[in-house]
Amino acid sequence: MFELIGVSPQALFGQLLLGLINGAFYALLSLGLAVIFGMMNVINFTHGAQYMMGAFCAWMLLNYAGVPYWGALVLAPIVVGSTGVLIERLFISRLYHLDHLYGLLLTFGLALVIEGVFRSQYGISGLPYGNPLPGGTNLGFMFLPWYRGWVVVVSLAVCLATWFLIEKTRLGSYLRAATERPDLVQAFGINVPRMITLTYGFGVGLAALAGVLAAPIYAIKPDIGANLIIVVFAVVVIGGMGSIMGSILTGFGLGILEGLTKVFYPEASNTVIFVVMAIVLMLRPQGLFGTPR
Amino acid sequence: MSTPPKSWDMPVFAALVGLAIAGPLFVYPVFLMQVLCFALFACAFNLLVGYVGLLSFGHAMFFGFAAYIAGHLAKVGTVALPVWLPTMGKAWLTIPLSPLTPEIAILAGTLVSALLGLIVGVIAIRRQGIYFAMVTLALAQMVFFLCLQAPFTHGEDGIQAIPRAPMLGAFDVRNDFIFYYVVLAIFCAGFLLIYRTIHSPFGQVLKAIRENEARAVSLGYAVDRFKLIAFVLSATLAGLAGATKALVFQLASLTDVAWQMSGEVVLMTLVGGLGTVFGPIVGAAVILAMQTYLASFGEWVLVIQGTIFVVTVLLFRRGIVGELQGLAGRLEAKLASHSTSGAHRGPAE
Repeated sequence: MFELIGVSPQALFGQLLLGLINGAFYALLSLGLAVIFGMMNVINFTHGAQYMMGAFCAWMLLNYAGVPYWGALVLAPIVVGSTGVLIERLFISRLYHLDHLYGLLLTFGLALVIEGVFRSQYGISGLPYGNPLPGGTNLGFMFLPWYRGWVVVVSLAVCLATWFLIEKTRLGSYLRAATERPDLVQAFGINVPRMITLTYGFGVGLAALAGVLAAPIYAIKPDIGANLIIVVFAVVVIGGMGSIMGSILTGFGLGILEGLTKVFYPEASNTVIFVVMAIVLMLRPQGLFGTPR
Repeated sequence: MSTPPKSWDMPVFAALVGLAIAGPLFVYPVFLMQVLCFALFACAFNLLVGYVGLLSFGHAMFFGFAAYIAGHLAKVGTVALPVWLPTMGKAWLTIPLSPLTPEIAILAGTLVSALLGLIVGVIAIRRQGIYFAMVTLALAQMVFFLCLQAPFTHGEDGIQAIPRAPMLGAFDVRNDFIFYYVVLAIFCAGFLLIYRTIHSPFGQVLKAIRENEARAVSLGYAVDRFKLIAFVLSATLAGLAGATKALVFQLASLTDVAWQMSGEVVLMTLVGGLGTVFGPIVGAAVILAMQTYLASFGEWVLVIQGTIFVVTVLLFRRGIVGELQGLAGRLEAKLASHSTSGAHRGPAE
């Protein structure tokens, strides 16, 4: 079968795994964007910068405080999420009564500030971060590094847990109700502004978690977030931000598609997601899982 | 029928042009040409965001791609298009051309940008608001990658040392002073076209779409067609600005087509005043002057730009020109309430 399509199984499965890992990051980031957008109607342009902050936070915890990877996995999302809470309270909360575009412009400006600060402090060459799970196993048809498998498992678990939290729990039902009618939910005695703030912090924490997961795989650079967030925007447009499960499925699906493109037509691997976006917009403008409005 | 209030736009424009004509006596002409190119770019962007309410976060694709086309045609000329043949696979269709004169190169860059605007517009206008911004940003990133991979753009090096051949066979535009007046003429033509557009019945429909799209639809306007025409016009003029810029700096590079450039034009327009006639010009001048003076700060320029974004969005949403207009309006109202005789005023509304 592999001789038929002219690709070695090692190359095919290797790229599939890479695609799955990229998909894991797309899913985590687009999930965070969808949670924030659902609650606040703000597209969080700072999301990429917050992903980058997650990676840097892990590096700082290791080099300044001696906290290993496993501690950073928990601590970095909390730290970066807290800065998110601060950003929401200080800046974003002042814009809810305005056109949503101002939220986009504000968070874009914040992303520039954050990226600029990290650039001036750490340069653009990239910092190394040791692999906490060296080695791997031979599955017969491919070699699976332990850490890459771990990334896919963790992100899948976190995505599904988030889905469960929002779709199946009481807290999630408050969140969804507040998305529809914040005034009514507030009248039932639920502190909606605090819920919005914590939702933003949670979304930012997801981005930071993706950053920590990425740290041992990619070099930690100030511009990793900016380049990734544009692709994630395309992912979000393709999936439509209406559904949590939709974001997860689209993220993983497009990561795999990108991996396959690297095998069969490498020149297009950078652009394939944007092409898919253009096609989806022509056929189903609201996105694969979106609802028309 | 009440007559519209007297507009100060044209006298102000005449004064600005007068200043611009005298400008090279006091300021380095290359800097002024840069301001004019970016002012036209920002005006083109403002046509879309200020008068149709569509925030494009990918206008660098028109600016940068037109710069590449104009630069390539002025330097090399030969066009090679990839074609896919059923039996041979990918092949190059080559049209041998000698290097073109600047006016043809700029025109060609502008036309290619219009075509790109048509393709992108058809896709992007299918979503509104925040999604429109994300879609244009993503499509611009795709154009960026295409430019990164296409052979004629020379990747990281860009197209360097673009020659300025005599324009229209007569003007020696290698001289910056002469070329400056050509660029000024291009800017004025673009600006007046935009001014005419927003003050035409077509422009009124655009504003109606901005204010209430559903109502414009119910009034029977083919909203999507209006949006598409406005988008193509905006892309064309952004391309004109980019193609001209390529000849000013004799350079077309990835910087022109990257997302940071899209952000920069948003910042210029926002600082100058979204939806004001002169805001983009003021914004372009302010931001470029700032970049020139702060160039030695290196990475901190990014931080300063981001801070300006945040401060403008939080405190001066109307931008410099918008705030000044608001101030003038308040002064006028104050003067009107002080003068007790209403004799020379029109009938009450």
